[in-house]
Amino acid sequence: MNASNISCDEVIERLFEYLDQELDATNRAEIDHHLRRCFDCFSRAEFERRLRARIAEAGTEQAPERLRARIRELTGQ
Amino acid sequence: MDRLYGTALRMTRDADEAEDVVAESVSKAWRGLDQLDDLTHMEGWLFRILHNTFVSLRRRRQCRQDREVPLDVDDGAEDCQFSLFENLHQPFLLWLGRPETEFINHLLEEDLKRAVDDLAEPYRIVLVMVEIQGYSYEQVARILDIPMGTVRSRLSRARCLLQKALWTQGRDAGLTTHGTRSTAGDEQ
Repeated sequence: MNASNISCDEVIERLFEYLDQELDATNRAEIDHHLRRCFDCFSRAEFERRLRARIAEAGTEQAPERLRARIRELTGQ
Repeated sequence: MDRLYGTALRMTRDADEAEDVVAESVSKAWRGLDQLDDLTHMEGWLFRILHNTFVSLRRRRQCRQDREVPLDVDDGAEDCQFSLFENLHQPFLLWLGRPETEFINHLLEEDLKRAVDDLAEPYRIVLVMVEIQGYSYEQVARILDIPMGTVRSRLSRARCLLQKALWTQGRDAGLTTHGTRSTAGDEQ
């Protein structure tokens, strides 16, 4: 399929796989091409990307020192 | 270590339990290191041990508490169709700003953590592994020992439920109408 033929519905349907980097090069190029030309889909993709970044930020935790000490003791290091 | 602990914390939703799961997993991995043929697979192997340890620890605790809490859910039994973007986006108001962008900017870290933590376990685990830890669908399928199709359906449902929960939280905090968080002072 020509990259310019992909519809907005198809882009939205594959958007999360695109953001998760699960698409092959051809599918990825089709969506990239569409996003460069469609402001609505671009806005949607940016929204999902930013939401995902905020979720990742909120979910990142630092292991407490107590746990690190426990692991050092367990592994004898 | 941080990735293991972060995943364990989102799995267990309890800091002490998360520490126990990580410590037990590292201990098992340390003892079984000889079984690992290829050290480049160390991380996936460790996460698999982490998940198995979490499941068995949870089962042991359930037995002690003598109550049944399901570890699994009926995949795709209930179709979830909700998009935060579609509920927030107002193309005709473009010149006034972007409500969907403001919504994300005003979400608090606690709102996001609560929304993730409130997801049912199978959805939460897949979401954490893909969105927070950055694993591929194939890696998640291997670590959790579930089919790729199950990873996809759980992830899709997790995202839908998460966005629904954020919408509800945002609406309750006044984010869906003003784009900024209401405070007690605003209401007076």
